[in-house]
Amino acid sequence: MAEPTSIDGLLAEGQRQIAICNGCRYCEGYCAVFPAMERLPVVGAGDLTYLANLCHDCRACYQACMYAPPHPFGVEIPKLMSEARERSYSEFARPRWFARWFTAGPRAVAALTLAGALVFAFLAWAAGRARGIFAPTESTRTFFDVIPYGLMLVPSLLLTAFLLAVIVWGFIDFQRASRGASHLGARVWLSGLAEVATLRWMRGGGDDCYYPAIERSSPLRRRFHHLTAYGFLAALVSTSLASFYHNVLDLPAPYPVLHPVVLFGLVGGIGMTVGTTGLLWLKARAAPLQARREALLNSSFLVSLNLASTSGLFLLALRDTPAMGALLVLHLGTIVALYVTAPYGKFVHIVYRTAAVLRSAAERAADEAAGGRSAREPAALGRPASTRLP
Amino acid sequence: MAAYDVVVAGGGNAALCAAIAARSRGASVLVLECAPKAWRGGNSKYTRNIRVAHLDGDAVMPGAYSPQEFLSDLVRVTGKDLDQDLASYVVERSLDLPAWMSDQGIRWQPPLRGTLQLARTNRFFLGGGKALMNAYYRRAESLGIAVRYEAPVVELAFEGERCTGVVVAANGSSERVRAGAVVVATGGFEANIEWLREYWGDRVENYAVRGTAYNDGALLRVLLDLGAEARGNPRGHHAIAVDARSPKFEGGIVTRVDSVPFSIVVNIHGDRFADEGEDLWPMRYATWGGLIGAQPEQMAYSIFDSKVAGNFIGGAYPPLIANTVGELAQKAGLPVLRVEETVGEFNRSIVPGEYDPTRLDGCRTIDLSPPKSNWALPIDTPPYYCYPLIPGITFTYLAVAVDRAARVLRESGRPLENVYAAGEIMAGNILLRGYLAGIGMTIGTVFGVVAGEHAAGVRRG
Ligand SMILES: Cc1cc2nc3c(=O)[nH]c(=O)nc-3n(C[C@H](O)[C@H](O)[C@H](O)COP(=O)(O)OP(=O)(O)OC[C@H]3O[C@@H](n4cnc5c(N)ncnc54)[C@H](O)[C@@H]3O)c2cc1C
Ligand code: SF4
Ligand code: SF4
Repeated sequence: MAEPTSIDGLLAEGQRQIAICNGCRYCEGYCAVFPAMERLPVVGAGDLTYLANLCHDCRACYQACMYAPPHPFGVEIPKLMSEARERSYSEFARPRWFARWFTAGPRAVAALTLAGALVFAFLAWAAGRARGIFAPTESTRTFFDVIPYGLMLVPSLLLTAFLLAVIVWGFIDFQRASRGASHLGARVWLSGLAEVATLRWMRGGGDDCYYPAIERSSPLRRRFHHLTAYGFLAALVSTSLASFYHNVLDLPAPYPVLHPVVLFGLVGGIGMTVGTTGLLWLKARAAPLQARREALLNSSFLVSLNLASTSGLFLLALRDTPAMGALLVLHLGTIVALYVTAPYGKFVHIVYRTAAVLRSAAERAADEAAGGRSAREPAALGRPASTRLP
Repeated sequence: MAAYDVVVAGGGNAALCAAIAARSRGASVLVLECAPKAWRGGNSKYTRNIRVAHLDGDAVMPGAYSPQEFLSDLVRVTGKDLDQDLASYVVERSLDLPAWMSDQGIRWQPPLRGTLQLARTNRFFLGGGKALMNAYYRRAESLGIAVRYEAPVVELAFEGERCTGVVVAANGSSERVRAGAVVVATGGFEANIEWLREYWGDRVENYAVRGTAYNDGALLRVLLDLGAEARGNPRGHHAIAVDARSPKFEGGIVTRVDSVPFSIVVNIHGDRFADEGEDLWPMRYATWGGLIGAQPEQMAYSIFDSKVAGNFIGGAYPPLIANTVGELAQKAGLPVLRVEETVGEFNRSIVPGEYDPTRLDGCRTIDLSPPKSNWALPIDTPPYYCYPLIPGITFTYLAVAVDRAARVLRESGRPLENVYAAGEIMAGNILLRGYLAGIGMTIGTVFGVVAGEHAAGVRRG
């Protein structure tokens, strides 16, 4: 596929490839994308966004495609979807002016980590605890001896609010543009969220991802992704629990190793470190079927997560040593970078993918309600979807 | 000189099945595929399903499909003069194919809603034929089968009655490979325009070849020259209507156009020439290649209006669109006045009825020649659409005779001792004309396995 130069170019190329898929339909058993294509009489820009975020880049369709290059039809669905996804990330990043001015490349991650660490170092200094960072004394036993609780809490709350606001904003815009289903029944929510939670579409039609090598499928990517995602969740639980213990139960840190806060943090940190390292390792070996910018956003996000979790683990391991103060400041810096870059990087795929999977689940439920045949499926005389005589 | 117990010529379904079966019996195996790796897999990479008999339903095939029913379906489409013995053998052995194929790593697609009809008789490959071929090649690699690409076999070597190996043309020179037995699984000759011209004249110039560009029938010719008995109809080929913008080769499934029964079809003069609504499309689609092939310049144009535009699945190319019939004719390069006349005559001769695309609805014309017997609706609602059509060849029927062990039979009736044939190159024993969806892969898989197993039993001389 030639690199399209404009949104119109990408849409026209998308329509061309999707028309071929719709005439073929050999891949409809792999994922939700192909049945979703079949329901579209005309593919608009919003539809392409929807399809792109429904695609999990498992590459099963690519290895199965007799029209992939060098065939002159040049069908490369994973690449097309990657280009369109990347477009949607920048299109729905809010606020727009901020997003335009700022993208979450590796340099941004590094710069923000550094800036975040400096801010916290400054806060520590302002609170008169600067010595806790580099020259710990007997009295710097806990994190709050380095940075007072309030100074840690307020920035995190602000960052979290920023992240949530930007994400909800993007989600709403995305739903509107991709014509996401607005009224989802409980069943659709349940089945859709279950598909998201299990990474259903990374299993293909029973095959795993053809990743990193196109030649054979492997469950590794799904497993590393699970480790990363559930590791992230566990870390969130740990943080929330910590503030619950601190504020509600009035039991401030540090906690013993077998304490739920520490256990969740430990499990989450290990999961994320192993998961992101694994994903980066696979990525380095993967066939080049991703838009260059999406690949960049992807690695930056993985590196950012990896820095946050790894520094967190070190902090836990070395919290009783003189290195604790410096590690804490560094760790907080990585968290700042993670939170600030999240809405402009690969993190948002969680939001858009969920929205897309929900729309697909709603469409599938509607098909079923309509007696197992989608409204736009051609009549028997034409071609029932799978009847391919030679 | 390299030497193997079994050398397989070809790189499609039949070839890989033969190679895997032979290797599983302990033979050393070399596969010689003439296509480059990126184009491996012959016509098989364009397929989607295989027809198999089964006594019970399972997760992918609802209900039973008995060997008797399979056989009678086969006889119905191709006629009673098929080789009854080989046909019933294929049907019987098809019972074992799903298990054997699954063991090689083939994955199946469960029937999607609305496709239960065909799923009872045919198993669908998850991802289609290229995914199937990839799985077979993966299996071959893990079994230690040697595969060479860009390695066309041009000749079989003999010492007396025994085949001693093959000659491969590579990089401008030729090379001999010794073999205890040879399996020829090189498909038909549908990509050999010169050969087709012998039977069809110059008109084949204008045909598209839907499958691989590499099936030139070279080894079919070699076998016939060695005295192998010919079976099947040399003039016969399966051809359908494909988009005139299709590439000359390798268009596969997506160049197919299914608008015919919803449209009128005119030739370059703007005249209709056949009944577009004679029967349900799956019954008639394979006659349209021949019908269009008989028209001047082998071109035709399917014209319909927006009322029926959503009634069938489109293909790789968008239709021409215009707001009047005249403008459409102009875009298609057709004589405007004549096309307008043809559409007018057609519209005026329609008997009102209840249009129903799912059955023979009897919406027809009267006093029109040729008639349109079903689904005749006036073409009067813009925008108007047109697909330009040419014939596209799917496969040929000329074959070499084989016995139940897949050994090639000579005209004398005696088999060539250690030369086997599998797939389209011998399908003409069983399928002489017509087509039954999925039967090509059934024949290729059964005889591929049989050929491989027998070939592995022959020790190197
Ligand atoms: C578009 C399309 C769709 C079809 N769909 C179906 C379907 O769904 N189900 C079904 O049952 N059938 C289908 N068919 C028919 C089916 O493709 C054939 O029956 C089947 O593939 C034949 O298998 P084969 O192994 O004999 O030949 P092929 O798969 O064509 O393989 C022939 C191989 O031999 C190689 N070769 C040729 N000459 C030489 C030489 N001299 N030396 C070395 N190698 C050589 C070629 O490169 C090729 O790899 C379809 C056909 C087409 C064109
Ligand atoms: S095989 Fe290729 S053209 Fe067909 S549905 Fe899959 S990706 Fe699309
Ligand atoms: S890459 Fe995977 S998820 Fe994406 S369209 Fe292809 S098969 Fe579907």
